[in-house]
Order: sequence, then C-alpha cells, then structure tokens
Amino acid sequence: MGLLDLFRSHRQRGTAAIAKERLQILVAHDRATRNQPSYLPELQREILQVIRKYVDVDMNAVSVNYEQDETREVLELNIVLPEAATARGG
Amino acid sequence: MARTIVITSGKGGVGKTTTSAALAMGLAQRGHRTAVIDFDVGLRNLDLIMGCERRVVYDFVNVINGEANINQALIRDKRCDALYVLPASQTRDKDALTKEGVGRVLEELSKGFDYIVCDSPAGIEHGAHMAMYYADDAVVVTNPEVSSVRDSDRMLGILSSKSRRAERNEPPIREYLLLTRYSPERVAKGEMLSVNDVREILSLDLLGVIPESKAVLNASNSGVPVILDVESDAGQAYSDAVGRYLGEDLPHRFLDIKKKGFFSRLLGG
Repeated sequence: MGLLDLFRSHRQRGTAAIAKERLQILVAHDRATRNQPSYLPELQREILQVIRKYVDVDMNAVSVNYEQDETREVLELNIVLPEAATARGG
Repeated sequence: MARTIVITSGKGGVGKTTTSAALAMGLAQRGHRTAVIDFDVGLRNLDLIMGCERRVVYDFVNVINGEANINQALIRDKRCDALYVLPASQTRDKDALTKEGVGRVLEELSKGFDYIVCDSPAGIEHGAHMAMYYADDAVVVTNPEVSSVRDSDRMLGILSSKSRRAERNEPPIREYLLLTRYSPERVAKGEMLSVNDVREILSLDLLGVIPESKAVLNASNSGVPVILDVESDAGQAYSDAVGRYLGEDLPHRFLDIKKKGFFSRLLGG
C-alpha cells in the first residue's frame, strides 16, 4: 500500500466489503427459497381462504415459513389476527 | 468410460469458452483423449477460440439428426493429437439439441475418449440445461463481481436438482470454482472481491484463479488456447488448474501483487 492509499482508506470503506455483505444476504435468501417445497405458495393461499371465512384478515396476515436442517423440517405458520377479531356473519 | 465435465456460469462473458478450450487442451496435452463440445447452438464460438473455424464441415446438430456420423463431425486439433473439437450448429432452432440426441452422442464419444468437456452457453435455458444434464463434474466459471457470483450460485442450485445424477439419486456432480479476470491490485485496494470472499459465499472447492491478463485476448485473437502460451500468467494458471483437476496438490499462484519499484510503491500508482 502506498502513501496515497493510506489517506484514501481512511475516507471510505472499499466497495468489495459492501459487495460481499450484499451477496451473503442475497445468496442466503436464494438458497432458503430454493429448498422450499413447491406446494408452499398454494398452501399459503388456501390457508388464507379458510381463515377469511371466519376472520377478516388481509393477504399479509398469514406467513408460511419453511426451514430445514439435517435432522428435521419445520413448517412455521404465523397468523396475525386483527385487534378486535370480529367474527364474520355473527 | 469417459468423464463428462461441464464448463458453466449462468452469466455470459465470464470466460466459459476460453476455459473450455484451455482445460481441454491441458487434459489432451497430458495424454488424455479429450473431446470438447460447443453447446452454444446458434452462436458458435469455440471453433474460433480453438482456431479451427475454417475446418468445420459438420456439426453437433448434424450428428444428432443423423446427417453425419460422429467421426465426420469431430475436428482433430493440429497441435495435439489427443484433442478433438465438436462444433455447434449455426441453426436458429434452439430446440435442435434433444435430451435423447445429446445423450446418444455423449454415449458414443464415451467409448473412445477419457474426457468430454462441454462448453455451456450463457443463461439457464435449454442449451445450458443440455450441457449440464449428463455431467459428472462441473467447473463454475465466476468473475469477482456481484452479478457473476449470484448467477454462479443460481447455477449451483440447478446443477444439484436438474441433472441426470440428481434425477437418478446418484452421487451429485462434483462442483469446482474457477475464478477468472482476477486482479490482485484491485483486491488489495478493497475494490474487488477476494478469492476467499467468493469461496466463502459460494462454499466451493477452488480449482484455480486466472489473473486478468492480456494473454487471453491475444490468444483468442490468434485462435490458440491460452494454456499454450506457457510464458503467460493466465496460461500457467490454467495449467495449474488442469493439474489440480487431475488430483495434483498445487499452491495457487498469481494471487499477490507483482513486485513494484520503490517510486510506484511510494505513490501507490
């Protein structure tokens, strides 16, 4: 590293570090979705339909997460109900 | 039985054809009977890089369609007796490569060759799929640049799920990383992803690092695989990669900045 670089490096972080950080996040996300079973989006849509028969929730109220490690697979279902859960047609 | 190696990347312009030509020549120079196949139907270029563009009579699609036999289509390299080139067709019909047809040609080549190097087209469409489907080994060519690394990771996902080995539940394709256009100067300045950064992100075995080099353009200009330029850094780096592929334990070279004079170092130029 030369004298000029010494001053330069204090001013800003190299862009390579930014690239690495962005790629690590992106690749982790891509890999997580890659291993998901293909029925997941349809499962999410149907679950939502059933819930909406009873409670007025919007599209984003249901999240379906799938995780896999060496010994087990976890299907996590998260439903956010509105504050005063009003039953439909009741 | 031949071993089938696909040279792939997802992204275009990263050096797949340069790498296919260099690795095939390197394997052949070491006495292994090697065939290198251009899978880029419609955009054939391997013949140019190999310097045999004026000797193309029949091509890959002719053989698949039964219009020529494999021996009529294979072009023997004039510099190395063990090396043969199977050029791509210039047809615009991109579905000319059928899974059965490609399988038949590879099966036939497998009888007479030790290695079959498949030069994949860019992208993840039909041609790229055909090039990797029958592979035993994959060399993923990557530049130290965000879009190339991302595309390589995408390609790794496809290799592990869409190949014949995956479909038959056989041992998976062996995957190797080949980093090309590497510039140690820019890595030192923090401007370019380092070998270890890319390795860490993709978690792959490193087959080689090819430095950014004038020798590559000079080689393609004259139709000589760069591995034959034994004086050049890129040629030597490819030669090392061939050695590593064949199981030799060689240290990686050209990863550090070349020694500079006192004044250029002082000024950081």
